[in-house]
Amino acid sequence: MTASLVSEPLDIASIRADFPILQKILPEGQPLVYLDNAATAQKPRAVIDKLVEVFEGYNANANRAAHTLAAMIDLELDAARSKVAALLNARSTDEVIFTPGTTAGLNMLAWGWARKFLKPGDELVISLMEHHANFVPWQQAALATGATLKFFPLTPDGRLDLDRLSETITPQTRLVALTAMSNVLGTINPIAAIAARVREVGAVFVVDGAQSVPHGPVDVQNPDIDFLVFSAHKIYGPTGVGVLYGKESRLRELEPSIFGGNMIRSVRVDGSEWADLPARFEAGTPAIAEAIALGTAIDYVQAIGLDRIAAHERMLTERAYAGLSEIDGLRILGPAVAHRGAILAFTVEGVHPRDLGELLDQQRGIAIRVGHHCAMPLHESLGLASSARASFAVYNTRDEADALVNGVARAVKSLRRKRS
Amino acid sequence: MTLDDLCSQFDQMDDWDDRYEYIIELGQDLPDLPVALKRDEFKVQGCQSQVWLLAKPIAGEPVRIEITADSDSIIVRGIIAILLICYADKTPEEILAFDVRALLTKLGLAKHLSPSRSNGLHAMVKRIRQIAERVLEERCSEEQRSLAETN
Repeated sequence: MTASLVSEPLDIASIRADFPILQKILPEGQPLVYLDNAATAQKPRAVIDKLVEVFEGYNANANRAAHTLAAMIDLELDAARSKVAALLNARSTDEVIFTPGTTAGLNMLAWGWARKFLKPGDELVISLMEHHANFVPWQQAALATGATLKFFPLTPDGRLDLDRLSETITPQTRLVALTAMSNVLGTINPIAAIAARVREVGAVFVVDGAQSVPHGPVDVQNPDIDFLVFSAHKIYGPTGVGVLYGKESRLRELEPSIFGGNMIRSVRVDGSEWADLPARFEAGTPAIAEAIALGTAIDYVQAIGLDRIAAHERMLTERAYAGLSEIDGLRILGPAVAHRGAILAFTVEGVHPRDLGELLDQQRGIAIRVGHHCAMPLHESLGLASSARASFAVYNTRDEADALVNGVARAVKSLRRKRS
Repeated sequence: MTLDDLCSQFDQMDDWDDRYEYIIELGQDLPDLPVALKRDEFKVQGCQSQVWLLAKPIAGEPVRIEITADSDSIIVRGIIAILLICYADKTPEEILAFDVRALLTKLGLAKHLSPSRSNGLHAMVKRIRQIAERVLEERCSEEQRSLAETN
């Protein structure tokens, strides 16, 4: 039954109608073609309405007071936590920590786990394809503890080289932190194979799900992972809130790194005891309305079906990949479509990515990202300073994929004209 | 090309595709900066592309400032060409008095080449103005020195 649903194409016109910003006409009169979804996704009306509903209807601080509004907000926040737990297939809502975002979640792990347990001689494994958020915190933790930061070798086409799995993740490895999907190469990493090896050596597995969670089904129990982080704003939710999933036993090992209200059981002048999960890791007032609206965003993607979203985005990626590949001198970074999600980063010989981005934006109304995409070590390893990146979401259409290809072809022609 | 020529060129174009084509043409015609001068000390920060900008006073009465610049982006080179036309043959005082924003508005470029587009225009103008200010300061202190000597 699921298979037949997946094969049934989505009604993209009606999905687009849910997103007010997609109805926007740009100042030059073009419709917006938004292809910077890997940076942040647009928000459906339901999410925007939920924020307004909270602020107009029952705004109060959470987890503190007992008055009517406080009770309402606590119920809503608990409901959002349950939706996150269901999305990830967590064993309980205690395993779901609301954070300010992916970056904060990874830093909490680097401070509260890596710096607590790592010793000189221990190994920490990341890869060159990591976003700076899953790179710098571990680099700094390694420098602070004397542990060795190791890099998972990549294949020439930008995948983790599984042939070197056992020599990379060894009995000395204490922690492995990898992205489930590269924000530049688009590579979808073989999390199951890595999780199995991590279990074998008894290390901790941290998965950066910022790019993967919005684009396909996820299950933290299968494959078995210890920590997963993602941001609400990339899954059609608000900015300023994200999730740190942690297996309960691992969360109990984790040291809090942000201290203050709500996270304590008792405070004395000479010491403090921490509150139970998940409050222990939610010091201060969280982004309450945003976390609640993340629940609405999850309802939204669940109603469409993450497997159908993945199928639609795969179709767009295949189409754009094939079209862009035809352009002379254009090089798509990363592996073939079979190994990638809905991200296409590319360079064009003799053309500066920023010029390409500017012409697409100013002449065609196509928003792409230009730069190093917070992955400087990766760009350096590819001999590049920057690249252009288009990334798709559920509301993008076949026509938009074609507009990208045609726009790039035309821009390249203008920018490459020979000097007279 | 003079500033008036540039303005009338832009006046003839009502389509943004044409204006970009023209900026790209200007960029293609801009002389390259010698590789030896593409040094970090001449780099302008705050640009998505690499931009190098040099300015030096040309002795004479009055002192004028000569600007040369380059970028690895062809559109930025076009913007540099426009800036060089704006600031050609100007004294430091004239550079500081020149309202770049008003000119860009006149050319219809202000909205498109806003500082937030990180095309470096803002940073380049800032660098040129700093150099003009420095030349003025140096001249000022020289005058004070010679004044002190004569006294």
